[in-house]
Amino acid sequence: MTSPGKRRKQDNIWWSLLWIAPAVILLLIFFIYPLVMTIVFSFQNADSTRFVGLKNYQVIFTDPGMLEVLKNNLLWLILGTILTVGLGLVIAVMIDRVKIESIIKSALFVPMAISFVCAGVIWRLVYLYNPPGQPQSGLFNAILTFFNIPTQVWLINPMFNNFALILVYTWMWTGFCMVIISGALKNIPDDIIEAAKIDGANRFTLFWYIIVPMVRPTIAVVATTMIINILKIFDVVYVMTGGNYHTNVVGMEFYNQLFNFQNYGLASALAILLFLAITPIMYVNIRRMRAEEVTR
Amino acid sequence: MSRSQSQTSITSNEPRIREAIRERRPQKRSKLYSLFNNSLFTALVVIIGLLWSIPTFGLFVSSFRPGTLIKTTGWWTSLVPPWNFTIENYQQVLSAQGLGQAFLNSLIIAIPGTLLPLAIGAFAAYAFAWMKFAGRDFIFLGIVALLVIPSQTAFVPVLQFFTAIGITGQYLAVWIAHTAFGLPFSIFLLRNFFAALPNDLIEAAHIDGASHLRIFTNIILPLSVSALASLAIFQFMWVWNDLLVSLIFLGGNPQYAPMTLTVANLVGSYGTNYQVLTAAAFISMALPLIIFFSLQRYFVRGILAGSVKG
Repeated sequence: MTSPGKRRKQDNIWWSLLWIAPAVILLLIFFIYPLVMTIVFSFQNADSTRFVGLKNYQVIFTDPGMLEVLKNNLLWLILGTILTVGLGLVIAVMIDRVKIESIIKSALFVPMAISFVCAGVIWRLVYLYNPPGQPQSGLFNAILTFFNIPTQVWLINPMFNNFALILVYTWMWTGFCMVIISGALKNIPDDIIEAAKIDGANRFTLFWYIIVPMVRPTIAVVATTMIINILKIFDVVYVMTGGNYHTNVVGMEFYNQLFNFQNYGLASALAILLFLAITPIMYVNIRRMRAEEVTR
Repeated sequence: MSRSQSQTSITSNEPRIREAIRERRPQKRSKLYSLFNNSLFTALVVIIGLLWSIPTFGLFVSSFRPGTLIKTTGWWTSLVPPWNFTIENYQQVLSAQGLGQAFLNSLIIAIPGTLLPLAIGAFAAYAFAWMKFAGRDFIFLGIVALLVIPSQTAFVPVLQFFTAIGITGQYLAVWIAHTAFGLPFSIFLLRNFFAALPNDLIEAAHIDGASHLRIFTNIILPLSVSALASLAIFQFMWVWNDLLVSLIFLGGNPQYAPMTLTVANLVGSYGTNYQVLTAAAFISMALPLIIFFSLQRYFVRGILAGSVKG
């Protein structure tokens, strides 16, 4: 049986190209040309007048300030991904059979509609610090005062501030992870859960040996999204600390090098670093997506 | 004879009985189990929902409090009488801080920034789904691969390019940038949606002599309203909430600055002036929140589909 689509002859190539031309031209200007240029810039000096070899990359991996940037990004990557995906999974399972599921989902999902800038303002209010002796108007410090624990300058103290920023991100993105994982949970057939229960599985075994393996592909998608997001993290840091007080990350440092120091070479090298970090993750993601498309 | 008969009847019944017993016991137990756990879970889940809402609620309450009180007492103290709320913060922000203009700027940026990638993407997606030409799948895969490129790589060369042709600091620069950055995802999503539409329908139209343009406007687009809506909402939120693109392409031109940029600047210069900050932040959240609550279904669907966006 030949499908009618197969029999139809080729379309006029120029007519077809006209349909995709605006998109292709824009993509060439915004993706291909810049990628090539950025690679070239990354091997040049600050104002792109002279080639300096791998010096920019060397700076990234040796300069103490830059190493701190990389260290912070790594902390973000590990903690941010675990918190958003982990909490998302646990909450998705918890709300699965609860009557008020949709209300709770909305509550967790609302931060997704809020910009990082506004989230920054919201959380500055939570982290607000007043000198000891005065009433604390920030929620966190008020709770600490209530339990007689010394108050903290959350956004400045380097012991806490990275965690404080990661918490903001977690607040914003857990809802996303939860909604997507919850969609996958709904696709687990009821008889599998019932069979496991009859075989005497308790809640923990059910969760760990049945539910988690069954939604593993979805967890992978969500985790990839979080990893890529976090690699490029910029807004939260920009609004809350500006990268000061030892909270700098690659996305923030890229901006600083580009605008505050006009060092195009170093900024480009940082962008290429992000590109190199994201490519393998995205490659795996797209391959799996295509594999799913084939099996569907 | 009768003995053996009765025996067989018992043995044949036995498994069923045993099954029934076995079935009943765990069922009873799991019911109890879930009863106990469900009320516990409900309580736990309600607490989580509250925890998640408290920060936003705190901002909302604070934005209606007099500036001197925001800094000196917690917002929760204002919930008990004597109430001391005011809309002064909003008046001040809208008149003195130029937030009204910024709101308008955000709309001016976000509407073309949503419609352009949708329109250009839809045309390309149709070609990739239903036209036959050499290199079609290769080009499409190439576009999907673009999803890996972080927008950071684009900024330095594109900024130089825009400055060279003199559009840096103009709306046009941000429109083009948002369109380009939104395109790979928009093409990817729409092409997959269009390609999943029934082949027979399109072929029948072809046999009836309909042109591609006619099929696109009269068949494909009306059938794809939900996908287009999800994508539009997703892209709108993305553009509305964006800071980095505006910062880079409009940074030096405050009269064109959208809400995110204005609020971010307020944080910088009025870092402790909370009556300005809270009201400004809430105004810039208002539209996304309205869209979120009225079109939640589409929004969630767009976000779900958007989980592959880099």
